[in-house]
Amino acid sequence: MLDFLKPPILAIQDFYILTGRALRNVFRPPHYENDIVIQMDIIGVGSLPIVMLIGFFSGLVITMQMSRALAQYGATDQVGPIVAITLVRELGPVLTAVLVAGRNASGIASELGSMKVTEQIDAMRALGTDPIQKLVTPRMIATAVMLPVLTVIADFVGLIGGFLIAKLSLGLTTTQYWTSAYRAIEYNDIVQGLLKPFVFAFVVSLVGCFYGLRTSGGTQGVGHATTQAVVVASVWIFVLTSLLTRIFVNLH
Amino acid sequence: MPDANAAPPTGELLRIENVTIRFEELTAVDDVSFSMGAGETRVILGSAGSGKTTLLKAAIGLIPVDHGRVYLLGQDITGMDERKLFGIRSRVGVLFQEGGLFDSITVAENVAYPLVNGPVHPVPYDQIESKVEDALRFVELAHTLEKYPSELSGGMRRRVGIARAVISDPPLVFYDSPTAGLDPITANTIMALIAKERDSLNAANLIVTQRYQDGQLMANFRYNRTNGRLEPVSQNGAGKPDGSNPTHTIFMVMKEGRVIFEGTQAELEKSTDPYISKFVPKH
Repeated sequence: MLDFLKPPILAIQDFYILTGRALRNVFRPPHYENDIVIQMDIIGVGSLPIVMLIGFFSGLVITMQMSRALAQYGATDQVGPIVAITLVRELGPVLTAVLVAGRNASGIASELGSMKVTEQIDAMRALGTDPIQKLVTPRMIATAVMLPVLTVIADFVGLIGGFLIAKLSLGLTTTQYWTSAYRAIEYNDIVQGLLKPFVFAFVVSLVGCFYGLRTSGGTQGVGHATTQAVVVASVWIFVLTSLLTRIFVNLH
Repeated sequence: MPDANAAPPTGELLRIENVTIRFEELTAVDDVSFSMGAGETRVILGSAGSGKTTLLKAAIGLIPVDHGRVYLLGQDITGMDERKLFGIRSRVGVLFQEGGLFDSITVAENVAYPLVNGPVHPVPYDQIESKVEDALRFVELAHTLEKYPSELSGGMRRRVGIARAVISDPPLVFYDSPTAGLDPITANTIMALIAKERDSLNAANLIVTQRYQDGQLMANFRYNRTNGRLEPVSQNGAGKPDGSNPTHTIFMVMKEGRVIFEGTQAELEKSTDPYISKFVPKH
């Protein structure tokens, strides 16, 4: 009767096993440092242009939207703090993670999926290397390092976007904008602004690897795995950000 | 039973005991037992879906067995933790169907892969490059070092796969359908290469194939290191079996997961079983 629950529960169990192994491999030899560096380049440096672009425009848009709302109270000079808080606490981490999910969870899933359907994963095992150690752990470490870095960059570029509007269209001075923005950010904001991307990094990389390694059924299977990886990673990013926000709001 | 001549010189490398493997409803391998010693060549013949590839994968622990036991290089690998298995697997060579090369790295990196990424490093790092060059020269592909697998033909990929399988001088090499999907001339080149590999390394070979000619070549030809050519070894000198089996080649025929024949080539050619006759052309 409850048979329909079996596949999702088994999938969750498999996901936990994969996560456990990937984490344990961080502390066990052999370590594939080269693969970590290559993945950092693909995930971090590769995502930089798009992350900066989206960060810039989100800062720009928030400032424009807020300036209208704030004008009603004659408080347009408060636009700096609002942009800073929105970006650092929420939009920076979530937008960056969703972008990286779209770019890299899909990339990871299709790469590992193709390797799976062409027997390269089996070949790897047969040659005496652990696919989790060789493929999953480096991607996980690389994402966990690079996603917080990308988020900080996105936050900063977003603040520059906001500054352009504040200066050119709202007539705020440079000092006014940056000082008020800087003062608005508290310790709590910085912790959650860095913790969120760190947590999302595991979701993005492990979900990508999980669906990649589960791929079956040829090229169509690879496409299916890719789509699922992006959808599931994105959903979990939003679920987890709600959860983490709840915790940090309570802490405050 | 194989005759006295066919008895392997020393040591047991692989033992399969009453192995059964099921996929859902289908029994892919049904109560199969055999063992392999050093210097032995074993050719498993069977049509598609006869369970031969599944059996090969079970022999290196890639597929878990439902019943029976598998001993590889003297160790019981049945249900062994995969991390321990990596160490044992790195001491055997495997050629996958289609070669199983990693398509995102170059040919040289593929061949070096077992030496660089394995759990043990049998070769010092500064010697890996020359070892890779030697291995590729052996399969006559020394000029492809910096190429990617996608730039090679099917036969060339198979040859690179052979170079990778034997780079660490394993005592036992598995070949999964080395000639599948190749034209007869390329297929013969590949088999000649496998025979050359066998007689240069003195490794035991387990070859899974659909082509009887592959086994015939392994059974009746030997690579001569002095003149670098394949030469017939049977007494009649024509590459035809005479029952002496100097290459220690054992044939096994599988049908629907079961072993229906095990013995020398001479015994195989005497068989009157209609399924076996499909593989073995009568003279």
